[in-house]
Amino acid sequence: MKHAIRTENLVFAYKEKPVLDGVSLSIESGEMVGILGPNGSGKTTLLKIFSAVLSGRGEVKLNGRAIETYSKRELSRIFAVVAQENQIHFPYTAAEIVLMGRASFHSPLALEGKRDLEVARASMQFTDCLFLSDRYLHELSGGEKQRVIIARALAQEPQILLLDEPSAFLDLKHQVQILELMRQLNREQGLTIVAALHDLNLAALFFPRLVMLRDAKIYREGTAKEVLTEKTIEEVYGIRVRVEPDPSGEKPQLFICPSA
Amino acid sequence: MEVSVKVLDRKKMLWVNGTLLGLLALSIVGSTLLGPVRLNLSQALENMFTANPDAEILFRARLPRVLLGVAIGGGMAACGVVLQALLRNPLACPQMLGVSGGASLGGILGLIFFPYWLLPIAGGLLGEISWVPFAAFLGALLSMIFIYRFSLFRGRLHPYHLLLSGVIFNSLVAAVIMFLNSILDFYQAQGLLFWLMGSLSTRTYLTVAFIWAYIVFGFLWLWTKGVSLNLITLGEEVATQLGVETGALQRQIFVASSLMIGAMVSVSGMIGFVGLMIPHVMRLIVGSDHRLLLPASFLAGGIFLCWADTVARILLAPAELPVGIITAFFGGPFFLFLLYREGRKLPI
Repeated sequence: MKHAIRTENLVFAYKEKPVLDGVSLSIESGEMVGILGPNGSGKTTLLKIFSAVLSGRGEVKLNGRAIETYSKRELSRIFAVVAQENQIHFPYTAAEIVLMGRASFHSPLALEGKRDLEVARASMQFTDCLFLSDRYLHELSGGEKQRVIIARALAQEPQILLLDEPSAFLDLKHQVQILELMRQLNREQGLTIVAALHDLNLAALFFPRLVMLRDAKIYREGTAKEVLTEKTIEEVYGIRVRVEPDPSGEKPQLFICPSA
Repeated sequence: MEVSVKVLDRKKMLWVNGTLLGLLALSIVGSTLLGPVRLNLSQALENMFTANPDAEILFRARLPRVLLGVAIGGGMAACGVVLQALLRNPLACPQMLGVSGGASLGGILGLIFFPYWLLPIAGGLLGEISWVPFAAFLGALLSMIFIYRFSLFRGRLHPYHLLLSGVIFNSLVAAVIMFLNSILDFYQAQGLLFWLMGSLSTRTYLTVAFIWAYIVFGFLWLWTKGVSLNLITLGEEVATQLGVETGALQRQIFVASSLMIGAMVSVSGMIGFVGLMIPHVMRLIVGSDHRLLLPASFLAGGIFLCWADTVARILLAPAELPVGIITAFFGGPFFLFLLYREGRKLPI
């Protein structure tokens, strides 16, 4: 199996406090991995190290090569990132935003070429936002906006898609829509997907492999059944839950038991 | 279903820039012909090379001034565009951030510590023409780096810190300038004030050429960064993930825009409003893609300052108004009107 990303004893700290403390993880090409953990457990930092926005101590290898040896331009053709929130300070249309995903494909002086336009159009069609192309991004709803951002990520023609709580600000329908889109991309186009997630039940339904972080370390990893147990949840989140199989009987689902 | 996607194409680039270039050419000719003194044009053009008052006014007084105004208006607008993009702040402009102030201080220190001992060696190459813009450039660059550093926390730029440190830096610089002014002897202080107030008043062609060289160089440098400027408006992290080496981009923008600001401040003092307003106006008209926005703002800034200075020359002739009054007086209401009509296009 080809390792898409492999970290060995990764350490990252802001000032004194470690955010990641000896994380060794390998993600294979074509996998779909959900990263779980409470706030501040290092999920976002891990994704940022993958996309080389931050650099920690320890080893990070990408397709077998140390990540520091890649230029930003090369990295942008391997990784595409979808953040939880996308602030925008200037008026850009959805089409302009999606075309920004093509920046590392055309010369910095030139306008986008025919192929750039084709790829952008196909990405927008895929995430069902082509009809929004001439609208300003800041006029769109949260779900529409996220679909545009995902279209931009797809326009990068990446090998690996990194998502940081992609559905954090979305309603249930849009949350499910986006995760279904991820599953489709993973299955049909073989895209490697790594997503930091808060919703454990959705993670259990959509992600074949889960990694649970706690206090800057990997606490558990494996399938949903292996990771999402009553004991683990209590130890990691400090709350009591009951875990029952979902109606299909295949995936575990959590039921919260309030203490009162 | 076929959906047309409107994006920046060659046709729009040519059309917008061509129109603006045409308007700029008309403005240069028009504002050179206009002035408090009526000129006999045929007389001026016939005897261009013999002493002749009409030609003298046209080619020695008006034309260099108009050309300088175009360069400074364009340069200010272009700097406004890139600073707003880099700092992701619609209020950013050379004045607001104290960069012009820093450039002024640099220029003043350059004037005070003018290296007279170098004159015999370097001769004509090192006149005030090249030395003061260079000192002002250093002043602009240092203040830009200073303000930027103070607005960074955990490697992220904080807009409020940025505005605050810019405003505070600006008043600090103003205080230093006032202090210098009070300790200098009378003649030096007089020269300093004259320089500070600065206007577009008559300059030699050599000065004008020097300033144009600085500004065109800086502008072209920035223009090659068009796509990266688009990406940096999305934030440093997103820009990095889309393939921009953000550190290198920031350094280049700092140096290029400081070159321009230094050159502009060294001849014209601080002409406000152009750098803040023109980028917003052009963004509303031609869109936010910097590959078009930057040249369009340059040309529009040139046109705007060219006419503002013409009005400043004519309105109370033979007295002259500071051009900054005109830029604010006409620019302000127009900007408000545009904001009212097109405001929905703006985020926030």
